Order: sequence, then C-alpha cells, then structure tokens
Amino acid sequence: MENESILSMRNISKEYFGNRVLKNVDFEVKKGEIHALMGENGAGKSTLMNVLFGMPVIHNTGGFEGEVFVDGQKVDFRNPRDAMLAGIGMVHQEFMLIPAFNVAENIKLGREIGHPTALSKVFGDLLDAMQWKQMAADARNALDSIGMQNIEEYAQVAGMPIGYKQFVEIAREIDKTGIKLLVFDEPTAVLTESEAERLLEIMRVIASKGIAIIFITHRLNEIMTVADTVTILRDGEFVTRKPIAETSVVQIAELMIGRKVEKLVDDTDEDKRQISEDRIALELVDYQVNMPGELVKGMDVKIREGEIFGFGGLAGQGKIGIANGIMGLYDVNGEVKVFGKTLNLSKLGEALRNGIAFVSEDRRGVGLLLNESIERNIIFSAMQIDDNFVNGPFKILDKAKANRHAREMIKNLDIRCTGPAQTAGSLSGGNQQKVCLARALTMVPRILIVAEPTRGIDIGAKKLVLEYLARINRELGVTVVMVSSELVELRSLCDRIAIVAEGKVFKVMAPDDPDAAYGLAMAGMQETAVEA
Amino acid sequence: MNKFKKVIEDIGLPRLIIGAFFLVLVVSSVFLGLKPASIFSDILRRVVMYSILVLAMVPGVQAGIGLNFGISLGIAAGLFGSVVAMEIAFRVGWTENMNAGGLWLTLGTALLLSIVLAALFGSLYGMLLNRVKGSEMTVATYVGFSIIAFMNIVWLMLYFSNGDLIWPLQGRGMRSTVSLAGSFGGILSDPVKVQATQPAWLQWLAIKAGDITLPIGAIILLTVLCILVWFFFRSKAGIAMSAAGENQLFTRSSGINVDRMRSMGTALSTVLGPIGIIVYASIYGFLQLYNAPLMMGFASVAAVLIGGATVTRANIANVLIGTLLFQGILSMALPVINEVVNIGTLPEIMRIIISNGIILYALSKTKGGRAA
Repeated sequence: MENESILSMRNISKEYFGNRVLKNVDFEVKKGEIHALMGENGAGKSTLMNVLFGMPVIHNTGGFEGEVFVDGQKVDFRNPRDAMLAGIGMVHQEFMLIPAFNVAENIKLGREIGHPTALSKVFGDLLDAMQWKQMAADARNALDSIGMQNIEEYAQVAGMPIGYKQFVEIAREIDKTGIKLLVFDEPTAVLTESEAERLLEIMRVIASKGIAIIFITHRLNEIMTVADTVTILRDGEFVTRKPIAETSVVQIAELMIGRKVEKLVDDTDEDKRQISEDRIALELVDYQVNMPGELVKGMDVKIREGEIFGFGGLAGQGKIGIANGIMGLYDVNGEVKVFGKTLNLSKLGEALRNGIAFVSEDRRGVGLLLNESIERNIIFSAMQIDDNFVNGPFKILDKAKANRHAREMIKNLDIRCTGPAQTAGSLSGGNQQKVCLARALTMVPRILIVAEPTRGIDIGAKKLVLEYLARINRELGVTVVMVSSELVELRSLCDRIAIVAEGKVFKVMAPDDPDAAYGLAMAGMQETAVEA
Repeated sequence: MNKFKKVIEDIGLPRLIIGAFFLVLVVSSVFLGLKPASIFSDILRRVVMYSILVLAMVPGVQAGIGLNFGISLGIAAGLFGSVVAMEIAFRVGWTENMNAGGLWLTLGTALLLSIVLAALFGSLYGMLLNRVKGSEMTVATYVGFSIIAFMNIVWLMLYFSNGDLIWPLQGRGMRSTVSLAGSFGGILSDPVKVQATQPAWLQWLAIKAGDITLPIGAIILLTVLCILVWFFFRSKAGIAMSAAGENQLFTRSSGINVDRMRSMGTALSTVLGPIGIIVYASIYGFLQLYNAPLMMGFASVAAVLIGGATVTRANIANVLIGTLLFQGILSMALPVINEVVNIGTLPEIMRIIISNGIILYALSKTKGGRAA
C-alpha cells in the first residue's frame, strides 16, 4: 500500500508549433511523498504541470501524447477544474488572493458555505446567506493543520508579509476536501529564508497526512532537506528519478545542466590587488535607511578600495536597504563617504555622480525598462549622468556610438539576444541581469553595488554573472559591494562578509570561517560574549 | 499562416479594421461617382488640421500621464492668444489693408502669447497631475471640461473693440464663431487667400494643382513640429522623460526627478495644444469659442489610439496613421452616406454616430502597458 502511485504520467510528449518541449517523459509520484521536480528554465517542468492540470494552453495547441493516471485510474482532464475535482491542487507562485478580503474569506473563496434564504430560493444559491462562523472555523482548521496558529482567520490579507500570504494560499488548497496531490511551483522564490524554512516544515506536515507533494524549485538545498524523491528533466527529456538519499547536491546540479559544475568562481589567477585599510572606498557612519521591510538602523562600515565586500543576512534584516538608500530611493540619515567625500544623499543621483553604480535586486521593477531596447537600457544611466552618448547643444542621442557600445557589451557579457534592438522584457532572467550589469558598467564606476545578482536566474547564468563580477574587480580594479541572501555565493566571491541583523552590521567575517560561525551570525547569536 | 498572424499582430487589429473601413469608403466613393481630387484634397486638409493636436498627445503619453484629455487647456490658451493678438492687430492697425506683414505679425503674436500661457498653465497642470498619480486621465478630462467652462465666462466678459471679435450691437463679449477671413485665416493653406495677400516669393504656401489643393505651408509646419518632437525624444531630456513614463523607480534610480519629467511632458503636450488649434483655426478659417473645443480632446485621443498608441507608449507614426484613418473616415463618411441615403439630416446623424463610434472603439482598445 505504501508504494502505491498517486500519480503516474507515462510517455508524455508535447509539441508547440513544431517545437517538441516534452519528449516521452515519465513521471511518477507516490502517496504521501514529497517529490521534487527539477530542471533548468525551459526544461519542461511547467509544460508537464500544464499537461497534468489540463490547462487550456495545452488543449488549444493540439493536446499532448501519452497517458495520465490518478490513483490508478486513467484520466483526461480537459481543464483545471477537472483536476481539482480529482483532488489535485496547486499552490501558485504568484498569489491569487484578494487583498481586501480577510483570511477566511480568501480560503473559502468560491466554496463559500451558505444557507438558503427566501431570496435565494427564488433567485438561486448565489443569494444564500453566508455562514461566517463555520467558514471561519474551517479556515482555522486548515491553518492549524499546517501549523499556522499565529495567522488570524479574520485578519485582512492586504499588508500581510509575503510569507503569510503563501501560507494562506496553502491553507486554501488544504481546505479543499479530498485533496490528494499538491503542486508547489517555486513556492520559496519570493520568501525570506526563515519563511522558506517554515514552508518546508509545512510541506512535511502536509505530506505526513498522506497528501503527495510535487515540489518545483531552483533551490537545491531545499530539495535536499525536504524531498523524498527527485525527478530531473533536461531539455524536455526525462533524465532520472532517484530517492534523495541516494544523491547529492552536486549530482543533481550536474544532472540538471548536464555539464560539470565547479566551484562558483574559479579563482586560479594570482591575486595582485593591493587592499589597505588606508584607502577606504565607501564608508558608512551611523547610516540609517527608512526602507519599509528592510530598515537600516545605524550602521558603521568601512569598505576598502579594490575589495569585494559582501552583505549577507536574513531577509528583512536590512541588507537590501543599504544599497537602496545609497542610491537615493529611500530616505537616509547618517553619513555616507565615498573616497572620503561625504555625499548629500537628499540630491537625486548623488551617488551616481560620485562613481557608484547600482544593480538593483528588483530587476524587473527597478533595474530595467522592460519595453525599451537592450541598447537604450545599457546606455541610459551613463547618458543621463555623464552626458555620455550625446551630441551637440541639445544633447541628442549618438545612435551609432550607443549601438557600438551595446554590441560590445552584448559580446563581453555574452548576452543572448537577437541584437541591441531586442526589448529587455523579452530576455530571460539571466540575460536581463547581464543587461543591468552592462548598464552599471557603462558608467565606468569606481564602486559597483550589486544586490541579489543571481536571484531567479539559472545555474549556468549564475556562474557567468559571478565570474564577471570577479573579473571586473580583478581587471578593472572596481570595488564591488555585493548584497546577497545566498551565503554560498558571498563566500565564494567576497573578501569580507558583513552579516546584517536587525538593521545593523552584526559581524564582519572571512569567507572561510566555519559554517557553524555563519549559522550563528545569521541567527544573530554571538559565538562568545566579546565578539566585535 | 503563422506569418499572416504576425503581420496582423504587428499592424494591430483595431488599425486593420478601421483601415479596412476607410478603404471601403474610398472605394465606394469612387463607385458613387464622387470626385477623387476633391476627396483627396478634403482628406489632406483635415489631416493637416488635426495632426498637431494629435501630436500633442505624444509627450503626455511618453511622460507617463496617459492620454492628455486636458488638451483643452492648451486649446483655450491658443484661442485666448489668438483673440488677444487680433485685438492688438485691430488697435495697432496691422491687418487694415491685409498686407502680408500684418497677417504674419498677428499669427506670430497669437502663437507667442498662447505658447507662453500654455507653458505656464501646462506646468501647473503637470504639478496637479503629479498629485493624482494613477487617475491622471480622469482628472485630465475634468480639467479639460473645467477650463472650457471657465473660458466661457472669460469670453463673455472681454471688453474688446475689434468688430470681428465681439457680438455686433453689444459692445462686449466674444462671438461664438470668429471669422479669420480678415486675419490669418488660410495663409498656410488656402490658395485664394495666399494669392491675394502674399508676395510672389511666398506663393508656394498653398497651391492648387488641377483640382487638388495642397496646403504646403501647413504641411511644412506640421513636418517641422513632428521632426522637433522626434528629435526631442532622442535627446537626453526626451529619453529621460520616456523612461519616467515607463518605469518611475528605474528613472529615479538613475538620478532623475520623475515628477519634474512628468510636468515637463505635460507642459510640452499643453504647448502643442495652442499651436494645434491656431493651425486648425487658420485652415478652417474660424476661431470657435465657447463649447466648441469641449470634445476636441476626445478626437485627438481617439486618433492616436487608432494609430496604434497605447496609454503608455505613443510615437509620431501613431499620430500620422491615426489622424489619417480617423479624419479620413470622417471626411469620407458624409459624402458617401449622402449618396446612399439622402433623407433629411440622416447623413449628419450617421456621421456623428460613426465619429463617436470610432472614439468608443478606440478607447475600448487601450491595451495599456504590456503585462510583465
């Protein structure tokens, strides 16, 4: 009984306009297991899930080949509703909650419990009176069952932390009766590290109730901690299915991209940089930033010229606020000195004019003009701040020079595109990040601040971006300040890493400090009572 | 099949449908025996008349305030500048003997005055729009309506002495329609007027070639303005403005004051308004005061939308294509319907239905920014 499959998809193939995106894929999920579905972007994970849910996009493009069995029964879902009725649910990456409704209303949305009234007898059950108490009780139950006792069922969804919204979303799926299989599509992508951990626990709780989980994520360590089995797809093909216990992070990563993954940055060149305490590139003195959710509450740091300095720490502790404050996006108190000169941060663009360039953590929101060409994106800041790429008294764009520069950047950074005229919005995440980098580099900065440089991009692109950062630092002597949630990344690249906790620098560490020390620092715990 | 679909997508379904309708009208007009030359002249004249007002939409859209329904503000400035210029001309005697110099001086004064006014009020209007981010278009519509109502009071109160301007026998208050025959009407477009008033070396301003009338002066002015706007959006300031309209955070992070860019765009849009209305009036031959400009903003908005613009992006091609389609249909519809059903005022009613129908259709096709 234990090994019985809840879901089995056999020989699934799918073609979009002559392009085969799935080739004879087999996929099998057992009762009560957490099954990780892995693959790089474009490997076919989403398409496979679309097939499972009978999404219109599948049926409108000629359907698929192969068979799907749920609980041993052959099924043919024509639309997502069919799938739901068969007990398959989905936790979406982007939340489908109504902000103005409270938690219970959201959980019960579309499945409200009503009792008939005189009106509803005449006009149909849309006019039933709501049984708020019972709905609230159901919502409570669902929340409790995933261990979220601290979410009020009457709380309004608007204004909740993102993590909570995710949990409400999950509770909604759990509340559906007869749920057998839940799909989590990149559920941790938008969560903070602690929220993500919480989510993983909840997944275990759900699985222990006999509900199988399909877990799609890019984060390998999550898979290692929570999943029982992993299926790996590559370029639309089934690669392997293995129990997690018989594999490792390195192996999964290897199988996913099919080439060997080395250390994130190979640093074979001799380090010829001269870094000294006398030459300070960036100094923060009692630095405070009023960025909602990422408050910086008085920070003192000295970043030396020529080094790669990292800011790590849990989400919400303020590391993101550091960069955004310097760039003038939020109100700042305290002092910021660049090569000894104090900046007047109330003036827009002050940091840019003083040789600091910034790659935002919010690529699509802050980092790019999505509807503009790659070329326009790359030259924009340099044009506006340094009057580069313009001609004449009216500062008309020098199209030829801009184009030449864009092409050069595209080549240097290996941006995969059809040309400088392609819109930035149509690029993949990794290539968008490279465009952001190209824009920052075009300003020829002395200090480059990058926030979450590898968020949401696949392993291959990640490595390229990090290597490029190292190259800029080594070859051009640019001081790099890197803000990242990924410790591995920081430790593979940075000379020193400041762990930020509660809006302050908790501790400045060396990359080869032991894991345990990092773990403690992240949690805001001193190793000994006398740490700096 | 795929290629065919792509072509449709590139042109855009609304443009395609309205373009097809336009073609049907053109073809049927030929079959109904209407004179192609006069139809062509008529379309050309109307396109030139309206294009600058449609062009005024571009800076607003690019700067992120959406479609500038409040263009009536600029139009009001243009009308006010014009009547003041005409009053000055009357008192000083510029236009007494219809000499070319006096006419140009009047036109120049009208433009100058109204541009200054429009720049001033446009900037204030821009600041207002900065305070109502998210509902700019609704607010703009009501700013447009309000300014027209306000100007109605002004028109009634003005103590002018130019008999062309004021109500006869009354001594004050503007006429609802002011003829420009004795002033700058037609000097950019009407061959008869040009011949009568302009020196030999300016005779090219309006030409009659066979049955076709070519308003060369107005066309050149329109071309120059289009080129200026095009150049502006390739300048540093123009590019910053476009960016402010597309992504405020991005623009801020590049050290640009988004609100300033938005007010600048609004002011620029408002400044194109008076130029537009003065050229319009000059070609038309009349200044229409009081409620006449009330709905002009809607026609401009509809034209630029049909031309393929969205609430967040617009360019010169959108302006020219849109004006051609919109005004082309309006100028064709009346004679064609007249031939088909000639009952009382039915053709005129049909024309109004078609014109408002196109506006409605265009407004329903505002797809906004592409979803991320």
